[in-house]
Amino acid sequence: MLNYIWAILIMVGIMVAAFTGTMENVSTGILDSSREAIQLCIVMLGVVGMWTGIMKLAEATGLVRQLTRLLMPMLRLLFPRIAGDEKAMGYIAANMVANLLGLGWAATPTGLQAMKELQRIHRETCRVTGGDPNAASDEMCFFMVINISSLQLIPINMIAYRSQYGSVHPGAIILPGMIATFVSTLAGVLYGLWRCRRGGRK
Amino acid sequence: MSLMGIISMVSNFLIPLVIFYIVGYGILNREKVYDIFIRGVKDGFRIVVDIAPTLVGLMVAVGIIRTSGALNILAKLLAPVGEFFRVPAEVLPLILVRMFSTSAANGLVFDLFKEFGTDSQIGMLASIVMSCTESIFYILSVYFLAVGIKKTRWTLVGGLIATMAGIIASVVISTLLFH
Repeated sequence: MLNYIWAILIMVGIMVAAFTGTMENVSTGILDSSREAIQLCIVMLGVVGMWTGIMKLAEATGLVRQLTRLLMPMLRLLFPRIAGDEKAMGYIAANMVANLLGLGWAATPTGLQAMKELQRIHRETCRVTGGDPNAASDEMCFFMVINISSLQLIPINMIAYRSQYGSVHPGAIILPGMIATFVSTLAGVLYGLWRCRRGGRK
Repeated sequence: MSLMGIISMVSNFLIPLVIFYIVGYGILNREKVYDIFIRGVKDGFRIVVDIAPTLVGLMVAVGIIRTSGALNILAKLLAPVGEFFRVPAEVLPLILVRMFSTSAANGLVFDLFKEFGTDSQIGMLASIVMSCTESIFYILSVYFLAVGIKKTRWTLVGGLIATMAGIIASVVISTLLFH
């Protein structure tokens, strides 16, 4: 999909430039943006490195595991039908903690494993009930919606970008971001709970 | 002190507090905190190096679309929609791209930063939107493809509801910050 987006952005941009006579700007823009991308990476090396360093420490000292355990009771409420499946619940919790801490790269592998476990449970259920194994289960939908709703508490990348682009208060978005993240997740969870309950009644 | 100043002060406390707690907890448990930290930094470097090519590719594409003036045309076309939802038209292309790709959306955010300033209302709105949303279609395709699910049922609707709620919250908060 990204292949199409990328090609469309480039081709539409150059065509518009040809019609509006902004080709000179585009020409310098291409060089400027590629340089800018690497300048940004240099800033991110520092900030992202610092954050992964601290998070590695949190992991090594068992803080991440404690946080995961803390999350479990809440997850049992959200996924009552699979609450007994330790493996699936463990991956879901690990994925959510990684998301909360802003470790997107650590979130993807645990998230994929959680989905595989959910699919295993789903296949077993389908064998009994005769459901469609190619259609997502309620648990999968719910897990995905929570992931999409964004859980990140401290948007460390955004803070790095802001300071790179001259913000006086780069960290000023932490609190507003938390509130907005809470609202989006709450909306996703409420919708998910409603759908799961409706599905359960059928 | 302005509202922005207070929020930034509270926000500024959070990262040092988290770091203090984690480092303190580690040293009390007699961990080799510095060695572990350094190992973590190396992991972080690898991540940044891995995404650098993506960033070059997408920022060039966004650079072309921006310098060509196509974005301004799109923003003008979307202006009535923006007015209806009380979202600045300049942020609408960002919201659209956000659902497909984080890196491409970042490219648009940097443009908004350059044009309006990071601490302007639009700059804050863009920052908050980026913090409370995810690339819906990217996540959906990666995860559901991995387990061979073809019918995603209510995932997309749920994801869009969460995203919309986040965007509305971002607009309200950024408006409150500047009034």
